[in-house]
Amino acid sequence: MNEPLLEVRDLRKPYGERLVLDGVSLTVNPHDVVCLIGSSGSGKSTLLRCIDLLEDIDDGVIRFEGREISDPRVDPREVRQRMGMVFQAYNLFPHLTVLDNCTLAPRRVHGVGRAAAEERARDLLARFGLADEADKHPDRLSGGQQQRAALVRALCTGPSLLLLDEITAALDPQLVGEVLGIVRTEAAAGTTMVIATHEMAFARDVATHVCFLDGGRILEQGPPEQIFSEPREPRTREFLRRVLPTAPGL
Amino acid sequence: MTDTWAPSERELERRRVRRARRRSSVLVATAATVVVFALLALGVTSTPGWERVRETFFDPGHARDVLPDIWGVFWKNVLIFLAAEPFILLIGLALALVRVSRSALLTPLRIVAVLWTDVLRGVPTVLLILLLGFGVPALRLEGLPTSGLFWAAVALVLSYSAYVAEVFRAGIDSIHPSQLNSASALGLSRGQALRFVVVPQAVRRVVPPLLNDFVSLQKDTALVSLVGAFDAVYAARDYTAYHFNYTAYVVVALFFVVLTVPLARFTDWLQRRWVEKERAGAL
Repeated sequence: MNEPLLEVRDLRKPYGERLVLDGVSLTVNPHDVVCLIGSSGSGKSTLLRCIDLLEDIDDGVIRFEGREISDPRVDPREVRQRMGMVFQAYNLFPHLTVLDNCTLAPRRVHGVGRAAAEERARDLLARFGLADEADKHPDRLSGGQQQRAALVRALCTGPSLLLLDEITAALDPQLVGEVLGIVRTEAAAGTTMVIATHEMAFARDVATHVCFLDGGRILEQGPPEQIFSEPREPRTREFLRRVLPTAPGL
Repeated sequence: MTDTWAPSERELERRRVRRARRRSSVLVATAATVVVFALLALGVTSTPGWERVRETFFDPGHARDVLPDIWGVFWKNVLIFLAAEPFILLIGLALALVRVSRSALLTPLRIVAVLWTDVLRGVPTVLLILLLGFGVPALRLEGLPTSGLFWAAVALVLSYSAYVAEVFRAGIDSIHPSQLNSASALGLSRGQALRFVVVPQAVRRVVPPLLNDFVSLQKDTALVSLVGAFDAVYAARDYTAYHFNYTAYVVVALFFVVLTVPLARFTDWLQRRWVEKERAGAL
């Protein structure tokens, strides 16, 4: 564990006039589960999108598996073969069955044979309770099922880092549980994850490290016990008071 | 930090790399373009018959001579297009709406709509123009226009409205049913849902294929010359017959190209505006 899996330093990202990320630094070690918390518009999603190289950055350095990936000479596709990302709106491909959604990247990008890819996908789908949905099209599934399918799709390529962008924001509380259950299983299995989330109880439970973002900066970070029990910054306290009915410092 | 921010050394280095890569890609693009077009030009001009072809098709003197002739009648092609297009859009949309409607009362109309698209799309446009352009005036009906040009334009409207109806219908079908559901949930009737929710989205989606049909129509206005209407193509043919030189055809072809380009740019602009307004953020 001497080399961090992901290292972000002084990341800066403007959208037009507005500075969305203003000098963000973050270190993620193997098997870490880092939760990004903060109100909407604090830059959580943008940070994830920058890490996945979906956004150009203005300044700063992103290192992944010991290599600087913010270098323009790096092929983003190569990086994304080692990273998985799950979006808030699932973004499953509606014209493909769930199984085909899950085998697309393994077969076309990673060169896995059809039989092997389908076996692994069916295996993962079954583990997450989607065995019966594999041959349906995504639109036939409930929101929770779709998001679980999206998670399986991201896991099928065996990424070394999983980025989850508010994956439960569009789900009702009951479905939130079934999706987060999977994430918990993955966390316990040692998958390294960076998770933007509004689910504080989940963050407290599953995170090894919590970052509070505010106005495009990481205002405070540390182990969940510290952030949730004795936050240092008044802004963190205020945020937690709003989202947690039984927050500390009341 | 916000006010005093200056790019870091690393960022400056990155920008240098990006600039260098942009430069080299511009270089490659330029070189590739020059080589490809040079080879093409060389290939064409080195054919054994090139001298003859150049004299018969690309004679500047003939081009200058025929220009006023074509310019003088080209407005007819433009006029046919401009007059036919609104009718085509209206009839096409009406046909599509009739076909997606559910009302029992509209069943006879639905049958007409199906026949309309099946028959009029099936008949070659050239034949339709010949049939209507020569056939209807021959009926000698009182009160109906007898000009071949008018009936040729009508034939174009009939034929293209069938195409455009199918484009509209595909667009309407492509809108996700959840849109219809949420419109119904707001208490809108099916007709209202179509009018205010589904069709506006469908139209945005089918603009590129519609443009395709528009351009095709602009070119097919050339077919009216078949029923004796003195349009730009007729003028070119006339000139060719007198001077045994085909440069007139090339000139009239250029006229059509120039006519279609502004429309293409306009739809590009329209599409871009919609995308910017409605697809902010790629989440």
